[in-house]
Amino acid sequence: MSENTYAIEIKDLHKSYGDLEAVRGIDLQVEVGEIFALLGPNGAGKTTTIEILEGFLLPDSGNVRVLGYDPGKHEQAYKERIGIVLQQTEVEQFLSVEEAVQLMRSYYPNPLPLDEVLATTGLTELRKVRPRKLSGGQQRRLDVALGLAGNPDLLFLDEPTTGFDPHARRDAWDMLKNLRNLGKTVLLTSHYMDEVEHVADRAAVMFNGKIVSLGTPKALARESEPTVSFRANSNINLPPELAAKVTQLDSRYELQSDDLVKTLHVLTSWSIENNIELEDLSITRRSLDEAFVRMTQDMGEGLKD
Amino acid sequence: MKPVRLLFTQLAYENLVFWRNAIAAFFTVALPLVMLVILCLVFGNQQTGDTSNPIYISTFYVPSMCALAVIGACFTNIAMEVSISRDRGLLKRYRGTPLPTSTLVSAKIVHAVMLGFVLVICLVCVGVWFFNAAIDGLRIGMFAAVLVLGSATFCALGLAIAALIPNAESSPAIVQAIALPLLFISGVFLPMDNAPAWLQWIASVFPVRHFALGLQSSFHPILSSSMEGWVNLSVLALWLAVGLLVAIRFFRWEPKR
Repeated sequence: MSENTYAIEIKDLHKSYGDLEAVRGIDLQVEVGEIFALLGPNGAGKTTTIEILEGFLLPDSGNVRVLGYDPGKHEQAYKERIGIVLQQTEVEQFLSVEEAVQLMRSYYPNPLPLDEVLATTGLTELRKVRPRKLSGGQQRRLDVALGLAGNPDLLFLDEPTTGFDPHARRDAWDMLKNLRNLGKTVLLTSHYMDEVEHVADRAAVMFNGKIVSLGTPKALARESEPTVSFRANSNINLPPELAAKVTQLDSRYELQSDDLVKTLHVLTSWSIENNIELEDLSITRRSLDEAFVRMTQDMGEGLKD
Repeated sequence: MKPVRLLFTQLAYENLVFWRNAIAAFFTVALPLVMLVILCLVFGNQQTGDTSNPIYISTFYVPSMCALAVIGACFTNIAMEVSISRDRGLLKRYRGTPLPTSTLVSAKIVHAVMLGFVLVICLVCVGVWFFNAAIDGLRIGMFAAVLVLGSATFCALGLAIAALIPNAESSPAIVQAIALPLLFISGVFLPMDNAPAWLQWIASVFPVRHFALGLQSSFHPILSSSMEGWVNLSVLALWLAVGLLVAIRFFRWEPKR
């Protein structure tokens, strides 16, 4: 490991394509051993950011250090320590899974043992198969296997599960957890919130070239208040402190709470005192998914002003 | 010795993938051999030279098909393979690995050149053993010089065209549209002695003509033309430089977006 405590350090990164500002001032640190997710809708600047870190794109301004290297210099020593899984790449059609991994391993000084690469990516049974005969999910796992073959300290995964069916995504998440067990630092991009909730230690939400929120997936989800919902007769008179916050649709009531214990206390005592039944009383915390949609919507509306 | 080991690994991989791609392998390897056999079967018994020491027409077709084979292995093969690999993202994937660019490119070139040389040896053997091609007039030094320089030139031009090809879909059409007419007007399939002067002049601008002439005239003196050996070598060297400049200037790792 380098003397830096951070695997990735980004300071005030900017990148434009002509008039389009893809990345507009990003600051970010990713710690060694962390699984970090860049989250955002298409066009948020995730791929531009990750391709700058990989060395495929040069930044317009700002400072980028990855494992202590400047990726834009294409140093061989740097490439020996990273693994890259690009968003859209085919693999050589005329090599079997095993041959492709072996070729990749031959480029690195201390590659991961072949069996370990195949086991981690769940390709052991498919080692003799050519890529054309693999499913989409299996091909993507082969991409990850090729990224992993050199035993990198840092693995870049650009949308590893886009286009997967739910089952294949579960498998991919298990694979990502295997990577954590190998002690790798992982930077992944995704537009699936549940994916990030399952696999990432921390995440940054990107929107329109900027990071709009940063933290653990749980903290990101918590940024939205929990919702208490119930059904009751439509002509009840709620206590005034709750009535102000409630939204009502026929017999269904929903109220947002920044202090859940107090809200529930007021609500349930009122219901017992007045002998009003609260049907289907429940508390739901927005998933990261909803939080994300709301966050990016807010940002989008902010831009229109 | 790590760079050497890397080159050999990459070379072995290029070779494996080449032979597994049956269609490309057929066009590159079988086409010149099949053409030689067909042309010799049709025209090979015709003789030229004086009656006491007759020379069979197969003596013309052996070096001509050698030119076809080298152009196929170096120019066509590299241009298509590189442009298609780039479109599939294979080149970009390489760019992210520690494999040096020089090793990647060298392996492709060495593989193409070796393939061309093996084909030349096969063509000469088939022509001499089965079709009475005359080998006694071979100027081996000049023949080898034209072969080596020509291989280098057509590899460079293959990389240059690959850099200019916009995408994989247009790759075969562009490569064949360049190669086929040049092969025909350059006296590879038929002697060009009776062709109009302006057509010969056009052909003489391009490297195919000089490569074919160089191989033919050093293969047997009866095939000697007015074009001096050093003229052929100079034109090939000029196109080598053009090819290298274009390839280096316009090389792309990624498909156009």
